[in-house]
Amino acid sequence: MSILVNEDSKIIVQGITGSEGSFHASQCLEYGDNVVGGVTPGKGGQTALEGAVPVFNSCAEARAKTGANVSLIFVPPPFAADAIMEAAAAGIELIVCITEGIPIAQMVEVKAYVETTGSRFIGPNCPGILTPEGAKVGIMPGFIAKKGSVGVISKSGTLTYEAVHQLCAEGLGQSTCIGIGGDPIIGTTMLDLLQMFEADPETDAIVMIGEIGGSMEIEAAQYAKENISKPVIGFIAGQTAPPGRRMGHAGAIVSGADESAVAKKKLMAECGISVVESPADIGRTVRAILEGEA
Amino acid sequence: MKIHEHQANELLKRYGIPIPGGTTIGDLAQAEAAIDQVGRESNTEQFVIKAQVHAGGRGKGGGVRFSPDRASALENIRNILGMTLVTHQTGAEGRLVKKVMVTQALDIKQEFYAAITLDRATGRDVFMVSSEGGVEIEEIARTSPEKIVKQAIVPGFGLRSFQARNLVLALGLEGHAAKQAPGIFQKLYKLYRELDCSIVEINPLVLTGKDDLVALDAKINFDDNALYLHPEVAGMRDLDEEDPAEVEAGKFNLNYIKLDGTVGCMVNGAGLAMSTMDIIKQVGGSPANFLDVGGGANVETVKNGFRIILSDENVKAVLINIFGGIVRCDRIANGIIEAVKELDLKVPVVVRLEGTNADVAKELLANSGVSIISADSFEDAANKVVEAAAGKGNH
Repeated sequence: MSILVNEDSKIIVQGITGSEGSFHASQCLEYGDNVVGGVTPGKGGQTALEGAVPVFNSCAEARAKTGANVSLIFVPPPFAADAIMEAAAAGIELIVCITEGIPIAQMVEVKAYVETTGSRFIGPNCPGILTPEGAKVGIMPGFIAKKGSVGVISKSGTLTYEAVHQLCAEGLGQSTCIGIGGDPIIGTTMLDLLQMFEADPETDAIVMIGEIGGSMEIEAAQYAKENISKPVIGFIAGQTAPPGRRMGHAGAIVSGADESAVAKKKLMAECGISVVESPADIGRTVRAILEGEA
Repeated sequence: MKIHEHQANELLKRYGIPIPGGTTIGDLAQAEAAIDQVGRESNTEQFVIKAQVHAGGRGKGGGVRFSPDRASALENIRNILGMTLVTHQTGAEGRLVKKVMVTQALDIKQEFYAAITLDRATGRDVFMVSSEGGVEIEEIARTSPEKIVKQAIVPGFGLRSFQARNLVLALGLEGHAAKQAPGIFQKLYKLYRELDCSIVEINPLVLTGKDDLVALDAKINFDDNALYLHPEVAGMRDLDEEDPAEVEAGKFNLNYIKLDGTVGCMVNGAGLAMSTMDIIKQVGGSPANFLDVGGGANVETVKNGFRIILSDENVKAVLINIFGGIVRCDRIANGIIEAVKELDLKVPVVVRLEGTNADVAKELLANSGVSIISADSFEDAANKVVEAAAGKGNH
């Protein structure tokens, strides 16, 4: 089992004819994904990935003709906000946006819109989702992961790979790995994914990798305290990051929360999360906890 | 991106938000003419001279001075222009003041606070006001948060009139100011949204003796992702206010932040880069920088990364920590070898490559003939580089 995506996911790639889109779409295909089409406005009727998949002019058309339920977006920043809305409007169930550099004000409006639809949205500026031996919807290198029962939620990209690598070195596979992105506005939060992993019968433990800034880890930890029965192992990157890089007074005043690594780790530990101090100890800690439970 | 106060004032003026009369000069020879001009246009004999630097805390540092007459205004311009202003935000080295703003001194009855920024937790812009404006606003947020009144903006709807009225009620404004304020607040939000600001902060927003509201001091920051939509705003960037090494790194799409340790770091991905700094600290070292070389690391990025890291004289050893996903480690290894040869490095370099083709990469490094310390794991890399940095220091 897994969450969000599996071998039955029918995937379209928005921006499939661009260099990023075509490269990663072919990697997904190679991983065994069911890539059923691509979308590039104005290029409908062509094919992509050396003739392997049809290209459509719109998400609505792609969905109607292929029955796609997942969209992976590589559209450049000026057009990405629109692409996310288009996918949601077309009724795509899961939207994963890899694009980095979308103006934040546009994401505020896009997120509000997507919430009025039934779509789930991951990203932007994220590595996407990997269900080992199931589906790779994003840019995570498939070979580093292996199938198993640890769920991974992370704000970052390569640090996720590092954590997955450590898990595999300890002989622990993953149910699903999700990079949610570290932008100020993202579609799916740590709390959302904790709920999904809790409900997934084949996930036994959850690794949650956060960063300084924002209050998402704190919300997730407070939720986990009462609602998550599975062990949660947490790490927060950025303990040594310079604190002075904050913008004016308003940023601190608006949230009112302490968003430093130390404060987050303390609160996570208070909520029953096993907080890892060294980023090199993520895999070891998960194994120790799972062995302790067995 | 940050801009200067006088640039923020230009934008406020364009949006119809009242600001004090003033002008900005960068040359002492213009001082008298500037005083004359502001005196004439604002019909005043009293002035405030304000240093134009990006750092906050200018007043306490002596960069903002009230001048009760023309002679003292001239004297203050002389003192501030060209001074090195030290505030709690500049660091000990301070900031050279290249421009000063000459403004009319206002008769201030009351000071308020007004700001707009994004609340990440709710995903909405928030308009905040407080009747307790002035320099101690953060303290007020901590001790009496109820004195800061907020209105969340529904995406796409802007600051509605009723919300603006709620803010006015919270400030207890009456008479002319109460009529004037809703328009000012709505214009401020319009500016914030249309120009893709990350922060608009007016502190203080003052009530004058004539019951007029005036934005006395404005801070406006912008979302870097949206600068391509606003070339005129992008043109307001002042590179002199930024760290030269950071500016240089930006030219190569490298994200670099200088710190004060001795271990230089080159890492792909921000999360892994921060974790690398963390682990260096945990094993007893101190990171000299944050450097994210991004997803497309190649020979050029590695070379430029080295150049920027080594421009910092405190660096005693360098750690390269790359997790190759899409990027192949053998390519990175070739980049490192080429860079080490070409740049004639004098400091030890510890390399940890993991991911795609890591084995090939290790072999390439081992057979290259260049002096590189190879590491097998994240932890191993941190230990080796901290050791190397300490060894260098003992010579």
